[in-house]
Amino acid sequence: MTLPSPPMSLLAELTHRCPLSCPYCSNPLELERKAAELDTATWTAVLEQAAELGVLQVHFSGGEPMARPDLVELVSVARRLNLYSNLITSGVLLDEPKLEALDRAGLDHIQLSFQDVTEAGAERIGGLKGAQARKVAAARLIRASGIPMTLNFVVHRENVARIPEMFALARELGAGRVEIAHTQYYGWGLKNREALLPSRDQLEESTRAVEAERAKGGLSVDYVTPDYHADRPKPCMGGWGQRFVNVTPSGRVLPCHAAEIIPDVAFPNVQDVTLSEIWNISPLFNMFRGTDWMPEPCRSCERKERDWGGCRCQAMALTGNAANTDPVCSLSPYHDRVEQAVENNMQPESTLFYRRYT
Amino acid sequence: MTEAPHVVAEGTVLSFARGHRLQHDRVRDVWIVQAPEKAFVVEGAAPHILRLLDGKRSVGEIIQQLAIEFSAPREVIAKDVLALLSELTEKNVLHT
Repeated sequence: MTLPSPPMSLLAELTHRCPLSCPYCSNPLELERKAAELDTATWTAVLEQAAELGVLQVHFSGGEPMARPDLVELVSVARRLNLYSNLITSGVLLDEPKLEALDRAGLDHIQLSFQDVTEAGAERIGGLKGAQARKVAAARLIRASGIPMTLNFVVHRENVARIPEMFALARELGAGRVEIAHTQYYGWGLKNREALLPSRDQLEESTRAVEAERAKGGLSVDYVTPDYHADRPKPCMGGWGQRFVNVTPSGRVLPCHAAEIIPDVAFPNVQDVTLSEIWNISPLFNMFRGTDWMPEPCRSCERKERDWGGCRCQAMALTGNAANTDPVCSLSPYHDRVEQAVENNMQPESTLFYRRYT
Repeated sequence: MTEAPHVVAEGTVLSFARGHRLQHDRVRDVWIVQAPEKAFVVEGAAPHILRLLDGKRSVGEIIQQLAIEFSAPREVIAKDVLALLSELTEKNVLHT
């Protein structure tokens, strides 16, 4: 048996705790509590196993990873292992001493999230008073430290018109990169889909704004589109179990952060099994790896090794079967469910369900 | 079509920009450049060139050293080195 090629990157969700409560949070609806979180020694072992397995970059994420007092220590472990370390943060817990400690520990890059460019818009989504000013202050500290910074904006129908101002803010704050990411509709995002999904006109406008900014040069722009308006699916995670591994706060190992909605399969835990065993031979990581699992219309599709059948979690959430073709694909017999969601969006909801512990 | 002039000359002193580094990937046995939220493979002569970037040596000194190491004509080495370093400088992977 040949082993699958090793993962390139590890998303280390250190905690689900977060001062913000964004209604499109990528964490699962059922958030893990502090008492269930892995300790420092276990995270250290996870990083060592990841480096051994072939991971090149570790993304410290959450929740808010800065809520973990051992973040600096884990960054130095990553540095010692020659793993490239990226901190994905809201910035609201960042101050100068903490940033200096992270810098000394060898942090390579920071992705700082913004909810909007206006205070009202940011507070409506994040639910935290004063967050915008703290984020701007965090960005200025990061800029002064010299650590490369990407600003991340999640966009949706309420803020999508302000993409040009988002670029202006990124330039003003000296970010080298900006990520404009349309909301992805899983978990919390799916729960809020009727309020957040942009119209086709809004999507086209946002794409034009991104192209106009790219044409100016001097700022690197990553753009993630909402697949509801597409007719071919995205190559989700670069293929199931092919490039990416996610470890949750309690140590569950997943092929993507939304995978816990897949039924009838065990989610292996780093407290019981090594990362390498999980990656190489666990039923979870092998269930949708490659193309052998595919039904029609994927099986005979010429794009099957480009989009890998799209997203398993989207197939699960919208068709009730994770092995179905992603319903975003117009060849899927369930494609009307996606079209229906887009049509419903002519009368959007204004109520948001905020991320919180149940 | 005329080629844009190289941004890098023999007198230039370069190093990796913050957040970028050359590293050997033991598991896949390739050389890679780590960069913000991505990594790319560098092959052929590129790792030999990039490992000499230390923010002190000039590009000319690097060319000289490689010409000796590989017993190759200096002008052949110079062409490769200037092309690679110019490209990576334009992409902000390297800086002066």
